Amino acid sequence: MPTMTVIEAVRDAMRGEMRRDPRIFIMGEDVGARGGVFLASEGFLQEFGESRVIDTPLAESSIVGIALGAAVNGMRPIAEIQFADFVWPAINQLVGEAARVRYGTGGRKTAPIVVRIPYGGGVRGGLYHSQSPEVIFAHTPGLRVVAPATPYDAKGMLISALRGDDPVVFFEHKRTYRLVRGEVPADAYMEPCDKAEVKRPGTDLSIFAYGLMLHYALEAARLVHEQDGISAEVVDLRSLRPLDTETILDSVRRTSKALVVQEDTPAVSVGSEVAAVIAEHVFFDLDAPVMRVAPPEIPPMPFSPLQEAAFMPSPEKIAAAIRELAAI
Amino acid sequence: MQAWCFICFNGSVMPDTPHIHRSAAAASNPLAQEPLPKIGLSPEDLAQMYRTMVLSRTLDERIYQLNRGGKAAIFGSAQGHEAAQIGCIRGTDPSRDHYLIYYRQLTAMLALGTTPLELLLGFLAREGEPLSMARQFPLHGAHPRVDLFSFSNVVATQVPQAVGVALADRMRQEDRVTIVFFGDGAASQGDTHEGMNFAAIHKLPVVFFCENNRFAISVPLRKQMAVENISSRAAGYGFPGVTVDGTDMIAVYEAVSAAVARARAGQGPTLIEAMVYRLLPHTTDDDHTRYLTKEEIDLMHREGDPIPKAAKLLRDRGLLSAAEEQTVKAEAQRTVNEATEKAEAAPYPPVEEMYRHVYSNSSGPSGKGSQ
Ligand SMILES: Cc1ncc(C[n+]2csc(CCOP(=O)(O)OP(=O)(O)O)c2C)c(N)n1
Ligand SMILES: [Mg+2]
Repeated sequence: MPTMTVIEAVRDAMRGEMRRDPRIFIMGEDVGARGGVFLASEGFLQEFGESRVIDTPLAESSIVGIALGAAVNGMRPIAEIQFADFVWPAINQLVGEAARVRYGTGGRKTAPIVVRIPYGGGVRGGLYHSQSPEVIFAHTPGLRVVAPATPYDAKGMLISALRGDDPVVFFEHKRTYRLVRGEVPADAYMEPCDKAEVKRPGTDLSIFAYGLMLHYALEAARLVHEQDGISAEVVDLRSLRPLDTETILDSVRRTSKALVVQEDTPAVSVGSEVAAVIAEHVFFDLDAPVMRVAPPEIPPMPFSPLQEAAFMPSPEKIAAAIRELAAI
Repeated sequence: MQAWCFICFNGSVMPDTPHIHRSAAAASNPLAQEPLPKIGLSPEDLAQMYRTMVLSRTLDERIYQLNRGGKAAIFGSAQGHEAAQIGCIRGTDPSRDHYLIYYRQLTAMLALGTTPLELLLGFLAREGEPLSMARQFPLHGAHPRVDLFSFSNVVATQVPQAVGVALADRMRQEDRVTIVFFGDGAASQGDTHEGMNFAAIHKLPVVFFCENNRFAISVPLRKQMAVENISSRAAGYGFPGVTVDGTDMIAVYEAVSAAVARARAGQGPTLIEAMVYRLLPHTTDDDHTRYLTKEEIDLMHREGDPIPKAAKLLRDRGLLSAAEEQTVKAEAQRTVNEATEKAEAAPYPPVEEMYRHVYSNSSGPSGKGSQ
C-alpha cells in the first residue's frame, strides 16, 4: 500500500473523483496554475483544464455562492477556501443558504457542495492564519462538518463527501498536511462522514479529539502508557456534525472517564457538546468529572512563539491531564 | 429652494415649475408605437400579459385583505411591479431558462404558471403549499414545474447563486439563460458585485434584472448610491447595462429579449434596471406615510400604476373594449375567490412534517447519524 501525507491524500481523492465524475470541478483562489497555496490541486489545471479548475476572483462569498448555484443545477463543485480565517465572508452563503436549500424547498433542490477549508494553528500563523472556526458550522443543521486527521481518513471521507448529496464543510488541519504520513489504498474507497473511530483502544479513560489534536492525543496516550502504565482510549471524532454519539457514549461506558481535547477555545465549542452529550446520557457511568484540555479564552492565536506554544494544547499538556484524570 | 424629487432620485425640483420625471423620459419608448410583429408579440400575447397583470393585482389585493383580517402573514406587494415582471418573463423561455427571484415576484410567479391557489396556500401557510411545504415565507422555495427558486430572505444572496447556475449550464454547454431578480436595495450588497464580476469574467448567460422601485424599505435611492442609475455599474464590469421604464411592459419585454438573445449568443450578461413604483408600503408591516407625503403617494399612483397604462396600450391598438376590460376583471375576481375558498379550507401541515429534508438519505455522508 502506498504511503501519503494528508495533502497528498486530499489531492489523490480529488483527482480520482474528478476523473470519475465530470460533474466535479474545483474553484477557489489560486487553485489553477499555482495548484492552491497548499498544492492540493497541483497539476489539475494541466489535466482537467480551465473549465474544471477555476481560479476565482478574491471573493469568498461568491466562491461559495456560485458553487452553490452550480450544485443546485446539477454539478458537484469543490469550493476551496484558502485559509479558514477567510471563510467569514462566506458564512452567509454556507450557514444561511447552503444548509437550508433542501429544507427550504421541501426537498426539491439540493446543494451537494464540498467546501474544503485548511484550518488550525501551531504554524506561526498569528491571528489570521491559525483559526479553527468549525463550531460555527457544526452548530448548523443541514450542514455536514468533518475534520479528518489521517491521510487514510482524508481520502476516504473526501470521496464520501463528493459522492453524497449534502453540503459538506471539510476541515483539513494545515499542520497535518505534511507532518502526518500514512498508508492509503491507491484505489477509491469511502470512509463514512458521520462516524467517529477508536484510533487507540484503552480501558482507563477515553480521550476525544479531532484534527491535529488527535495526533497529540495519540502521542500523549503512548507517553502515559510507557511511563505510567495508564491505558487511554483515543477516539477520533472525525465528524463534528453529526456527532457520532453512539461511539462516544460506548467508549465512556467502558472507561468511565472522559477527557476532551481541542484546539478551539472551549466556551460553546465542539468539546462542550461532547461533554453535554456525556452528561446527558452516561452520567451515572462516570467515575470522574469530564475534563477538558483546550486553549485559554483569548482570540486564537498569538504570533510570538512562546505565547503560541502556551496557547496550543500539546502532548505534554494532554499527558498531564490524563495523569490527573486517571488518579481520580 | 430646491428639493429632491423622490421619484427621480437626484433631479433637483423647483416646487412650482413643471417637472418631468426620469421615468417619464425613459417612457418615450419608440417601440411602443411599432406594429406588433416587429416587436415579436401577437395581439393574444399582449392580451394574455394584460390578463396576468390584472390577475396579479386582484390576488395582491386579496392577500392584503387576508393579512388585514389576521389570516395571512407578511406580504411584500407587487403592486406597481406588474408590467416589469410580466415583460421580463415574456422575454424568456420558461421551458428551459432558470429564474431566481426574491419576495416581490408575485406577477412573475403567475406568469410562470403558479396558480393563485398554490400561492394562497403559501400566504396562508397551508398543507400542499408547493414551494417549501409552507416552511418558508411566501414565494420562497422552489417552483414545482419551472426552474424557479428563492432559497432565502437574505437580500442579494441569489445573485452569486444565479451566476453559479449559469456556470453549470456553460460547463455542460446547455443553451439556457438564468434570470435573477433583485431590488435597488440588493444592488448595494457585496454579493451583487461579486456575482456580476464573475459572470462578466466568464461571459455567462445571465440577465441581472433589477426592479428599481426607488426604495429599500424607507431608504431612498439618494441614500443608497451616489450615481443616477444602477445600470451604469455594468460598465464597471464590462457588460451592457440599460435602464427601462418598468411600467411599460413592452419596453421591458424588448430589453429582456435583447439581453436573453445576447446571453444565448454567448456574449455574456446584461444588467437591466426597470424603473418602477412600489405603490404600497414595503410590506404589510410597513407604513409608507412615515417617509412619503400624501402628495408623493398620489403622484406615484397617477404616474406609476402600470395597469391603466397597459389597458390604454391595448385600447389604443383596438385590443381591449370597455366591456372586455370588465370581463377580465370579473374573471380574475372569480378565480381569486375560488382559490381563496379552497386555500382557507386547507389544513396546516402536520408537525411531523417539519423534521424532513434536513439531510439526504442517500449513501455517502448520510444516514442515521443525522441530527
Ligand atoms: C441582508 C439583509 N438585510 C436586511 C434585510 C431586511 N430587508 C428586507 S427587504 C429590505 C429592503 C430591500 O429593498 P430592495 O432590494 O430595493 O427590494 P424591494 O423590497 O424594494 O423590492 C430590507 C432592508 C434582509 N432581508 N436582508
Ligand atoms: Mg427597492
